[in-house]
Amino acid sequence: MTRPTLAPEAPGTQPKAGARRLHPLVRRTLAAGETWVFAALIIMMAIFTGLSPGKFLTLNDLSLNAQTTAPFLLMAIGETFVIITAGIDLSVGFVLVLCGVVAGEYYQSNGGATAGVGTIWVGAILGLLTGAAFGGLQGVAVAKLKIPPLIATLMGLGIAEGLSYLITGGHDLATVPNTLVSSIGTGSIAGVQWLIVISFLTTLLFGLILAMTRFGRYTYAIGSNPEAALRAGINVDRHLIKVYALSGLMAGLAGILNLAYFATTTISGHPLDNLVVITAVVIGGASLFGGRGTMLGTFFGVFIPELLATGLIIAGVNQYWQYILTGLVLGAAVYLDQIRRRLRERA
Amino acid sequence: MTEPLLEAREVVKRYGQVQALDGANFTAYPGEVVALIGDNGAGKSTLVKTLSGVIRPDAGQILVEGSPVSFSSPLDARKYGIETVYQDLALAPDLDAAANLHLGREIYRWFKPLHVLDKAEMRRRAVTAFADLGIHLPDVTAPVGTLSGGQRQSVAVARAVAYASRIIFMDEPTAALGVVQRERVLENIRRVKDRGITVVLISHNMPEVLAVSDRVEVLRMGRRVARFTTSETTVDQLVSAMTGALTIEEP
Repeated sequence: MTRPTLAPEAPGTQPKAGARRLHPLVRRTLAAGETWVFAALIIMMAIFTGLSPGKFLTLNDLSLNAQTTAPFLLMAIGETFVIITAGIDLSVGFVLVLCGVVAGEYYQSNGGATAGVGTIWVGAILGLLTGAAFGGLQGVAVAKLKIPPLIATLMGLGIAEGLSYLITGGHDLATVPNTLVSSIGTGSIAGVQWLIVISFLTTLLFGLILAMTRFGRYTYAIGSNPEAALRAGINVDRHLIKVYALSGLMAGLAGILNLAYFATTTISGHPLDNLVVITAVVIGGASLFGGRGTMLGTFFGVFIPELLATGLIIAGVNQYWQYILTGLVLGAAVYLDQIRRRLRERA
Repeated sequence: MTEPLLEAREVVKRYGQVQALDGANFTAYPGEVVALIGDNGAGKSTLVKTLSGVIRPDAGQILVEGSPVSFSSPLDARKYGIETVYQDLALAPDLDAAANLHLGREIYRWFKPLHVLDKAEMRRRAVTAFADLGIHLPDVTAPVGTLSGGQRQSVAVARAVAYASRIIFMDEPTAALGVVQRERVLENIRRVKDRGITVVLISHNMPEVLAVSDRVEVLRMGRRVARFTTSETTVDQLVSAMTGALTIEEP
């Protein structure tokens, strides 16, 4: 029964853009978090290339970087959505392991190293479903039980880790189908590693979903003002559950790729993935207070620590400076966000 | 007089021991600005929440154009063309004016089940909606958090006006504003009225009520105690009714 009040009409009273103001596009570009991250990335690359001409940033370096970063990139996709809702997901690295374990367990009892493509698909889908279901349950804890995200996913982290050890008895499963390892794990398509293809395309897909669809819009709205979202008729609880399920699903996909790449479940190999991922998302301009963040920013944010590490090694600087520099960049990113918020509140 | 557009009859709402509404009546007629006033705790907010679907009354009737209705959520009330401008405005500060205007009512393009937002269309409609109300926003693509208090208020009002076909509730719309911005809000109320939409103004500010309303209904202790035609009323009369020195309706 809503009246179409918004019918087009000759807007004789169009607001005039102030002549001295910056063009909105310029202003928005300067205000966007990812602009600064991108600038930082370029400067870093320039410095390292200057320090070691010809050595840094060969295609080989880039693709090696991208390959080892693929699981982080995938987890960062889900984490970006979660952080934009003003939440946090600490469980990602442990859900990655759990999903790898579930798939690995299925492969071990269904043909092991010689398992066929059909089995591989079933195992992978089981892993993905495990991730989505696990994430979804954490979402229920956050949305319905009102457990703060930090605690809900800390709880999930413990449960995922415990389950992984219980299922495997503490021993890594190393009978991974050869076909999986040689294709997804280490193989390429048209000269590009599958890990890169899968992680980049997934990033692109969810970047578009975040920027262009209702799902993305509601994610921003809930992070920005949950009460307003609720009064606008958005089912906030259901959306939060979906967002945490997405984060679990991405960790699951990362788990399958991890299993394929290392040909083992790497149970104890991901204790700090969550912090790496959160660092990347925050460096990429997402606000821990919610409502802000982009997939492009996250994409840059994931590669900054990696490029720092590679660059430092190639430049002959002790690579452990990487951690110090990453820490400083993280601090700077959050400080910038604080300044932005304070300026806005003054407006 | 014409048939009431929205009517509350003997509405009761209890919160534990507190009797927020004790058989309250309320009437709004088509195309008028009616002010709902009362002291703190008189039941204004509870009554508005009841009429806009935020809370359900324990007893009593709500009628829209004479027929009884039951709202289980603000969405139900919206279906009857009833919108609310909340005191806190209920805007998402990180989203721009166009996104806030369409929040929960997005417009899509391409294959509809994909829910791809038609941002250009939403922006275009937003510009039109603001222009219709004579609101000038320097940039509809700026996050509303960067706008001034008055501009934010305008965005919230424009949103309500864009979808309200019958009634807009405005809960203390000027409480947090400066003098100039306050004047703009009152101007907005007049414009909304000019479009034939009924405005229910909840306010503490008596001069403001007298300046903008056609009628005034007074609540005290969960009941309506008086009704005035604004042009025949003084601040003293309103205050007497609010404080209990004057009761025109049977208690």
